[in-house]
Amino acid sequence: MISANSLSGRLDDPARDAGHVDAPPRKGFFTDTSVCIGCKACEVACKEWNAVPEDGIDLLGMSYDNTGGLGADSWRAVAFVEQSRPVGNQTAPFTSAVTGRGSERLQQGTVAAGLDVFEEASRLGTGVPGGQPVADVAARESGGCGSGGSGGCGCDGGAGAAAPGTVGERGTAEAADEGGQFLGMPGMLAPAALPDRDGRQAVRWLMMSNVCKHCTHAACLDVCPTGSLFRTEFGTVVVQEDICNGCGYCVSACPYGVIDKREEDGRAWKCTLCYDRLRDDETPACAKACPTESIQYGDLDELRERAERRRQQLHDVGVTEARLYGHDPEDGVGGDGAFFLLLDEPEVYGLPPDPVVTTRDLPSMYKHMAVAAGAMVLGVVAAAVGRR
Amino acid sequence: MSEQPQLKGFQGHEDPRPSQATPHQPGSAHEPGTDPVGGQAARMWNAGMGRRSGGAKGGKRRRGDVNAVVPDAEFRSYYGRAVLKPPVWTHEIAYYLFTGGLAAGSSMLGAVAALRGDVAARRGLRLTALGAVGASAYFLIADLGRPERFYNMLRVAKPTSPMSVGTWILSAYGPLAGAAAVSEVAPLLPRRGVFRPVRWVAGPAGAVAGAGAALTAPLLATYTAVLFADTAVPSWHEPYRELPFLFAGSALASGAGAGMLLAPLAQAGTARSAAVIGAGVELAAGHRVENGHGLVSEPFHQGRPGRFLKAARALTVAGAAGALLGRRSRLLSAAAGASLLVGSLLTRVAVFEAGVASTKDPKYVVVPQRERLRDRGALAHEEHRPEDEGAQPERAQEIRT
Repeated sequence: MISANSLSGRLDDPARDAGHVDAPPRKGFFTDTSVCIGCKACEVACKEWNAVPEDGIDLLGMSYDNTGGLGADSWRAVAFVEQSRPVGNQTAPFTSAVTGRGSERLQQGTVAAGLDVFEEASRLGTGVPGGQPVADVAARESGGCGSGGSGGCGCDGGAGAAAPGTVGERGTAEAADEGGQFLGMPGMLAPAALPDRDGRQAVRWLMMSNVCKHCTHAACLDVCPTGSLFRTEFGTVVVQEDICNGCGYCVSACPYGVIDKREEDGRAWKCTLCYDRLRDDETPACAKACPTESIQYGDLDELRERAERRRQQLHDVGVTEARLYGHDPEDGVGGDGAFFLLLDEPEVYGLPPDPVVTTRDLPSMYKHMAVAAGAMVLGVVAAAVGRR
Repeated sequence: MSEQPQLKGFQGHEDPRPSQATPHQPGSAHEPGTDPVGGQAARMWNAGMGRRSGGAKGGKRRRGDVNAVVPDAEFRSYYGRAVLKPPVWTHEIAYYLFTGGLAAGSSMLGAVAALRGDVAARRGLRLTALGAVGASAYFLIADLGRPERFYNMLRVAKPTSPMSVGTWILSAYGPLAGAAAVSEVAPLLPRRGVFRPVRWVAGPAGAVAGAGAALTAPLLATYTAVLFADTAVPSWHEPYRELPFLFAGSALASGAGAGMLLAPLAQAGTARSAAVIGAGVELAAGHRVENGHGLVSEPFHQGRPGRFLKAARALTVAGAAGALLGRRSRLLSAAAGASLLVGSLLTRVAVFEAGVASTKDPKYVVVPQRERLRDRGALAHEEHRPEDEGAQPERAQEIRT
């Protein structure tokens, strides 16, 4: 079943290319980051279902993301990006969009109930990033700021985005009254209340649940010397843990930095797209657990159409930075089985902007190797003839 | 995180304001490209790591950055975190590159010695090859996460996996090199009794095995270049055209070094010539690897790999010079041989470490890929907010080579 495009280029049915006959339609994930709320339910569900061991509780000190990225013990990882930049009219379109099960109603309910999550948080004494002394000094120097900023975040799945109207008045006033010391650590308040070094107050949050891309041309699978990694009938890429001998080649081959070796175990691990659940016609654990349908599972063809509609919808309402990532069957890895809708450039989320499967160049590498080997023989012959 | 100078502090809002107020006010306008990762956390990272500022600003270049042709690049990243996973291979793999190359070079020169009837050279080179290939097997198996499962490599033959190809090359070469070396022990056997036919067979069998080993040796010496190049590791993948020549030259130089070290002067003629040829190829290909790939060549000039490569170059040049001049001095010839061996080892370790370094900094992934995208003109078709447009040239600054 080997075709000219087995190593790179467009390949519409990788399962068939791998030798599966009567393969079901290719399955995949569409992760729509515009509705991700960063709840990490996907991470938890994945660990629970797949019995992925815990990998320590680290505070990375960089954002709300303390997972840090994908790895042998993190098959879903929620990236969290905090950006000081205008939010523009981003919030409005999302409130009218169907972003989950009744999200709009949920927001209205939250507002109607007069519930202010930030106020609730500050009452707990944990959500005050602004300390009195700093604020006072700054206020005396600049004579008050008060410049605008919607305080909305990239997410809009629930109460968080319903609050901005109230935060400015109540939440910040509360914060100013409290005499805490700002320690430079993330608090629970949206950082919109804090002007940054340039006096900007508009902050948006980007969240993305990262996962193995299940590439059409999967370098990890190509380079695996034991056949431990294989292409399933669903077109996904799975490690057989009873075969893997921990050579680590897949780790270096992956252009996304997904697969990794579990140190105490010695073998390589990554997302299986819940191969066991798929075989029972079940939705993968992460997609099942996602409360905002940011993670959508289904037939890849259908997901690609749905993603394009979503992108178009966002563009129509003014979210022009929405773009798809990994959806293109003509890209360097032949398209991803798990692709994304992003609100900024891929590298901002820790994704490579233009990944290419390394085995695309393998034929050329072998040719260069053959020439070099031939040159070595010639060199020895020359040395034998022209010996000194 | 000891200082937070940029943080002006917190200010309360006295007047109610509309929640949708535009943030575009004096002093609060977003300057594209000024905040590549965004927010307070980004400023924390800026204080230490994560973001590189352009060298043109008059600031001092980072320590160890001797590659003047590559300006520090502006790029965006996820809080400065690496895109790729660093290779899990340990230095055992770097040592294997050396021992595999040494075995290959020794076998090839050993076959020449056998043809010429240089017995001492032949014996020394064949035994070196066996020792080196034995060490190779040890390093390879010890590096596995599950060493007891090493034989799973033999359950498939997979051309798309250079490691599988290498396993089979090694499986063919190893026993041949071993047989050739063992045949050298035959003269030590008693002349009479059951060992007599063994003694009689050993010579021809050794010659055949030695020839077989010499034929598979060039593959052993060069497949490791494909092994490294066929990864997402920027500094291993990009020089994939030159790496096989670098490794071939290094293998030949190290084999010749062993020959010069072990064989008497009269029998080391081939080794001396091979040393010059091997060193020449190694230096030329190395130069291309280290300088021909813009930003991705940078790790070959920095830190430990940079120092190792510099030392390797000096040792290789010295070894080649010794091979040219040391025709009459056994001591000089041996010293030159040792110099070539150490040079080859350092080259391999440096290539290994430079690749590992290139996975740890996202710039080696993001900047070249942005370049590629821009060259394809793909960015022109991508939708951007108007304020994003001005930021593009800064984000993926052009690499001038």
